[in-house]
Amino acid sequence: MTHETLSSSSSQAPAAASAWTVTTRNRASSVAALLIVAVLLAGIAAPLFASRSVLQDLFFILTMLTLAQCWNLLAGYAGLVSVGQQAFVGFGAYVMAASVALGGFDPVVAILFGGLAAMLLSVPTALFVFRLHGAYFAIGTWVIAEVVRLLLAQWKALGGGTGTSLPTGVARELPGVRLVADWFGVRPAQAADMVYYWLALLLACAAIGFAYRLLRSKQGLGLAAVRDNGQAARAVGIDPNRIRFAVYLAAAFVTGLAGALIYLQKARISPDAAFSVTDWTAYVIFIVVIGGIGTIEGPIIGVVVFFILRNLFADYGSWYLLVLGLLGIAIMLFAPRGLWGLFTERTGIQLFPVRRILAGGPLTKTIKGGPHG
Amino acid sequence: MNWLDTIVQGILLGGLYALFAAGLSLVFGIMRLVNLAHGDLIVLAAFLLLVLVSALGLNPFVAALVALPVMYAIGWGLQFLVLNRTIGDDILPPLLVTFGLSVVIQNALLQGFSADSRRVPVGALESASLQIGPISVGTMPLFTFLSAVGVIVGLNLIFYRTGLGRAFRATSDDRATAGLMGIRADRIFATATGLAMVVVTIAALFLGTRANFDPTMGPARLIYAFEAVIIGGLGSFWGTLAGGVIIGVAQTLGAAINPEWQILAGHLAFLLVLLVRPRGLFPRALD
Repeated sequence: MTHETLSSSSSQAPAAASAWTVTTRNRASSVAALLIVAVLLAGIAAPLFASRSVLQDLFFILTMLTLAQCWNLLAGYAGLVSVGQQAFVGFGAYVMAASVALGGFDPVVAILFGGLAAMLLSVPTALFVFRLHGAYFAIGTWVIAEVVRLLLAQWKALGGGTGTSLPTGVARELPGVRLVADWFGVRPAQAADMVYYWLALLLACAAIGFAYRLLRSKQGLGLAAVRDNGQAARAVGIDPNRIRFAVYLAAAFVTGLAGALIYLQKARISPDAAFSVTDWTAYVIFIVVIGGIGTIEGPIIGVVVFFILRNLFADYGSWYLLVLGLLGIAIMLFAPRGLWGLFTERTGIQLFPVRRILAGGPLTKTIKGGPHG
Repeated sequence: MNWLDTIVQGILLGGLYALFAAGLSLVFGIMRLVNLAHGDLIVLAAFLLLVLVSALGLNPFVAALVALPVMYAIGWGLQFLVLNRTIGDDILPPLLVTFGLSVVIQNALLQGFSADSRRVPVGALESASLQIGPISVGTMPLFTFLSAVGVIVGLNLIFYRTGLGRAFRATSDDRATAGLMGIRADRIFATATGLAMVVVTIAALFLGTRANFDPTMGPARLIYAFEAVIIGGLGSFWGTLAGGVIIGVAQTLGAAINPEWQILAGHLAFLLVLLVRPRGLFPRALD
C-alpha cells in the first residue's frame, strides 16, 4: 500500500541500481500519521469533557468539512466545478425528513436513505450537466439545484414552500442516545448532541479517508492525469468521463448523507434553507479555496479559518460574507494553492501524502549519463 | 385570446432576459469567460440608477445616460485589473474569482441599501399601455423588447462592421496571432467587458423600472441570462434573443397554469432544449 515498486527496464538503468521505488510517504508524513491518530482519539473523546455549545460548534465544523472535502474532490481533482451541490444537501435532507416524518423510519436509516437518494438524483443530473463544460457545467448544476428546490417546494406533506419541523423526540429515537444518557449520566438532549457529534465525526473521517484512498489508488492517478493533461491521459487509455462520473456519484452520496445529518440535527427543514446556495456552496467554495484547493489538508485548514472568521464577524451581518468573498478572491489571484499550499511550498510537509515521489535508484550524482544525468 | 395575450407578454418578458443575456454572450464569445457576477452587476447598475434618480432627481432615462460611462469604466477596470489575471487554460480561477465577486457585490449592496425592495419610478409610463388589435401591451415592456432588439442589432454591427469588432473576433479566434498584428488582447478584453457593462446598464434600467428589485436577486438573473445564451447557442446574438424569448414564454405560460410554476417552467424549457439540442438552437462558435 505504501510502496509500489517499479521494475525498470535494464536497457535504461545502469547496472548499479535495478529498481526505483515510487513512494508517497516521507518522514514528515509518518510523524503526521501519528499526529492524526492522536487528534482522532481526542476527537472521539471530546464529548466527555466538552460543553454542549462546543459540541454543536464542532458538529457544524465537521459537517462543513465533509461538504468541503466532497466539493474539493469534484473541483480540485475531477475538474468539475459545481455550484449546485446544494441540490444534494437539500435532497438528502428532504428524503431523510420524509423517511422520519412520513415513513416513521429510524433516524440513522433515514440518513442512509438521504445519501442514497442524493446519489440516485445525481445520475439523471449527470446526464444533463455532463453535456456542458467548464463554466457552463457550473451554472448547469445550479439550474438543476433550483429545479429540485422548486419541485420540493410543491411537496405539501412536508410543508411546501414554508417547510416543516421533524416530529419532536426524534433525537431521542437515535440509536444509542438512551445508552449514552445512561452511561454518562447526562440528559437525553445532551446525549443526542453527543451522538450527532460522533456521527458527524464518523462522516468527516469517512469522507477524508475515502478521498485519501481514492487519490492513492489507480483511479486517483487517472484522475490526476486527466486533470493535468486530458489529451495525454486519453492517449494512455484513461476514460475521463467514466472517472468523473464515478466521482460525481460518490460526492453526491456523501453530500446527501451530510445534508441529511445536518437537517436531522436542525430538526426543521425548508426548501430555501436546505437548497441555499450561500450556505452549502458559497461557504464550501471559500473554505476549499482559502485552505487550498486540490489538497486533502486544504479544506481542514479552510474550515478552521472559516469558523474563526465566522465568530469574529458574527455580529456584523453582511460584512462577514463580504470579507470572506474578498479573501477568496485575493487568495485565488495571489496564492491559488491556498494557505496550505503556501505552507507546504516552504516546508514540503504533507499530512495526507498523495503525490508520488520517485526515490532510490540511480539518482546519485556520481553516475554520469544516467537517465537523470 | 387569453393564451395569445400570455404568449405576447412572454415574448416581451423575453426581451428583458435577452438584455440580461447579451452582455454575458458578448464576454463569453470573446474570451470564453463566464462572469458569475453578471446578475449582481445588473443589480448594482439598478442601484446606481436608483441613486441617480432619487438623489439628483433625474429622469430614469437621463440617469441611464449618466450611468453608462460609469458602468463602462467599472467594467473596463474590473477586466483590466482583476479578471485578466485569471484568463488562461485553467477554468477554475475565473469561475471562483467571479463567484467571489458576486458574493462581495451582493453583500456590499445589502450593507449599503438593506434588503428592502426598491423600484426606479418612471411616472405615468409605469402603467401606460397600447391597444394592438385584440390585446393590450404595456408601453414599458414593449420598449424593453425593442431595446433588446436594438442592442442585438448594435452588437452585431459592432462585431461584424467595425475595426473594434474585427479585433474582437481576431482575439477570440487566435490571441497570439492577433497579438502579432498589434492587437493588445488585455485592452480588447477590457473594452469588451466595458461594452458588456453598457448593455448591463440598459438591462438594469428596464429591470429597475419594471418591478421591485433587491440586492439578493442577482444570481437568479444570471441563471435566466445563462439559460438564454445556452438555448440560443454560443456566439449567436440573435440566438440569445430567441433564447430569452423561449424562457420568457415558458415562464408566463407556466405562471398562467399555476403561479408557483413560473420559474420552474423556464428551467424545464431550458433542460428540454439542452436534452434535444445540447449545443443550442443556433450555435455559431465552437465551445
